[in-house]
Amino acid sequence: MNVLEFSALVGLGSLLAGFLGALTGLGGGVVIVPMLALLFHVDIRYAIGASLVSVIATSSGAAAAYVREGYSNIRIGMFLETATTVGAIAGAAIALRVSGNAIAIAFGLVLLYSAFLSVRDRIEHGEHMPSTKLAAKFRLNGSYPTASGMQSYNVGGIPAGYGLMFGAGVLSGLLGIGSGAVKVLAMDQAMKIPFKVSTTTSNFMIGVTAAASAGLYLARGYIAPGLAMPVMLGVLAGSMIGARVLVKVGVKVLRYVFATVIVVLGIEMIFNGVTGRL
Amino acid sequence: MTTPSWNDLRIEIIIGALLRTGVMLAAAVVIFGAVVYLARHGHQVATYGVFRGESESLTTVSGIIHGALHMRGSAIIQLGLLILIATPVARVAFSAVAFALEHDYLYVAITLFVLGVLLYSLLGSH
Repeated sequence: MNVLEFSALVGLGSLLAGFLGALTGLGGGVVIVPMLALLFHVDIRYAIGASLVSVIATSSGAAAAYVREGYSNIRIGMFLETATTVGAIAGAAIALRVSGNAIAIAFGLVLLYSAFLSVRDRIEHGEHMPSTKLAAKFRLNGSYPTASGMQSYNVGGIPAGYGLMFGAGVLSGLLGIGSGAVKVLAMDQAMKIPFKVSTTTSNFMIGVTAAASAGLYLARGYIAPGLAMPVMLGVLAGSMIGARVLVKVGVKVLRYVFATVIVVLGIEMIFNGVTGRL
Repeated sequence: MTTPSWNDLRIEIIIGALLRTGVMLAAAVVIFGAVVYLARHGHQVATYGVFRGESESLTTVSGIIHGALHMRGSAIIQLGLLILIATPVARVAFSAVAFALEHDYLYVAITLFVLGVLLYSLLGSH
């Protein structure tokens, strides 16, 4: 395969990955790494470098569309970014010392667990939560547009959510992914933030989290321009299409799409870890 | 019950525009680099199966700028990727200013902390 054909095929695959990533709040990265490693036989370190770049493109490209809709909550995002960015640096530091296979298996399990939770519990949270002292102090409670007007919500489970966010940052720095699944797990399941708000705020945060480790990966030579170019452009185009679809799809459909994608990814991560491919 | 203030909404709209501008600028530079790169190397064999690590000319800011000024396709792409990485950092910096204008000093502190972590990562790793 020559560079021209390679770029075209990787670009098309990345377009699809970006579309799924934006639709689910996962970010394109979790799809990019298995695609590049299994389909295109790219070395995992180059795959992670390109994935990290695509994660920033997905997040920033889709966030630009989301903020206009009024779903994302910038205070929740910024508050939790103190955990994800520190986690991302810790993750990048751990990456030098720990086996990638062990991390892949653990991450696969986290994905499967979050899929299980998101399918089992289909009740939309928010309106029934009492306001906590912590949520009021950090001004995390907010509102978002629905068909019947603005719907307000309160935020709970802040210590648990904050801890999960640190973990999401560690995984992001470790594997070069956005860890959108863990971010949504933290906000949707632990903090009981409405699904559309948690999905879009997660997407908003992913770029900042990824940027926290991106400099490190660039300096280590993990970012190959010839590979990152079709990945970044493909993911960017896909994520912008995905962001438009999100607004039109109901919460229920979104959850099923989300659950299916993360189950497939979870199995893929565990498989790769067990067979020693990562 | 708390609803986002008018200021919150305005900040979010400006942040949205900032992110889009950064991403579009990065994409434009990457596309320009891609044209140069593919025109020169399009018919070579794609080899990413073995990790070698990129050379210093593509891993440092000065090396990337030097290469881009000499119209090296790969360096121009890498410059676009640097702009992309800088976009969320710019977003955080802008948020700090916006929270200050709102007199929300708790969030100014939170945002500056995030900015400090990002700058440490980006500059400390070189």
